[in-house]
Amino acid sequence: MGIEMQGYRLDKTMEQHEEAEGWVDEIHGTHPMDDLLRTDRLPHIWCPGCGLGTALTCFLSALRKSKFDLDKVVVVSGIGCTGRVAGYVRLDSFHTTHGRAIPFATGLKLGNPALKVVVFSGDGDLVTIGGNHFIHAARRNMDITVICVNNFNYGMTGGQAGATTPVGGVTSTSPYGNYEYPFNVSALAAASGAVYVARWTVLHARRLERSIHEALLKPGFSLVEIISPCPTGFGRRHKQREGLDTLHYYHEHGVIKHGADPRETDIGLSGALVEGKFVDLDKPTFLEQRSRRLAQALEK
Amino acid sequence: MKYWREPLDLKDIRVPHGVIHILKERCKGCGWCIEYCPRDVLAPSDEINTKGYHPPHVVQADACVSCGLCELLCPEFAIYVEETEGEVVLYER
Repeated sequence: MGIEMQGYRLDKTMEQHEEAEGWVDEIHGTHPMDDLLRTDRLPHIWCPGCGLGTALTCFLSALRKSKFDLDKVVVVSGIGCTGRVAGYVRLDSFHTTHGRAIPFATGLKLGNPALKVVVFSGDGDLVTIGGNHFIHAARRNMDITVICVNNFNYGMTGGQAGATTPVGGVTSTSPYGNYEYPFNVSALAAASGAVYVARWTVLHARRLERSIHEALLKPGFSLVEIISPCPTGFGRRHKQREGLDTLHYYHEHGVIKHGADPRETDIGLSGALVEGKFVDLDKPTFLEQRSRRLAQALEK
Repeated sequence: MKYWREPLDLKDIRVPHGVIHILKERCKGCGWCIEYCPRDVLAPSDEINTKGYHPPHVVQADACVSCGLCELLCPEFAIYVEETEGEVVLYER
């Protein structure tokens, strides 16, 4: 006889309770996104108030709009809260080592150029630990879409300061305020040669969805930077206890400036949060350049 | 909503109506859908789900125009809208 607490027996698993109460349908599978999600893994591990679920919804809805053959779409993630995305999508997905999502994605693309490769990872993974891979994939104009969710800290490991933490940002490893200058992810990608760079907060979900749709259709290295609340790691140390408070902040400080110079879009702890589509140009991709050079070499 | 004159294309405009479905057991009570619903259809409820959160409930079912913002913003895949046959009257004559 197990201990009983408000009708729940501790010797029964949650799954047994779900089945006994008839909640299985309610939890696993009636939502329109459920055909693209591994619903047996829901509810996901992301905290209440985290923007990652919204970012994932926008991505899946953009993916559905783009009408790609879903058997040819691969999602690659690194480590971190955002890295869990690869485990939640019902697509071919790849959960890689820390910071190395882009090298794995590059390998996939070069091994089978028919694939549509999407890298969905966080700022700590893509630009802090994998920063060198990030700039070199952009430099080569590798034909991958990178969705970088930026929450200004290492959320999963306890809210440590990273390379995107703004100056003065209080984190668990910078209790008196961060004194390092941060990376501006959009500017970094634009300076390294990305053909499509956009930045949106999760609050601007419709525009974000459209931007991801454009990025998916763009040949070459496309980056969508998503600014997302992290109430547990970052927000609560900045008077934003709930995810909703951070969304209010985005509402008040978000400035939409399409075509803005990426160098002037630095994000601070206060002041304007510039967002929009910064770069959209056409450039031959890595594979096009390679086959062109090969044809030239063979002619000689 | 009342205007000083009747819009000229009033007869051609059809405002869709939606029915909201809430998967209560998935909800983590972040409140984004309640805050950003443009028609104030949702409100926090006193109900508690198995995880101990308060899922929203529908208070103004007739007002929903099926914009789908709650569905897009919800981080938990816990709410969705189904468009129905009906119509929402936005303008009073």
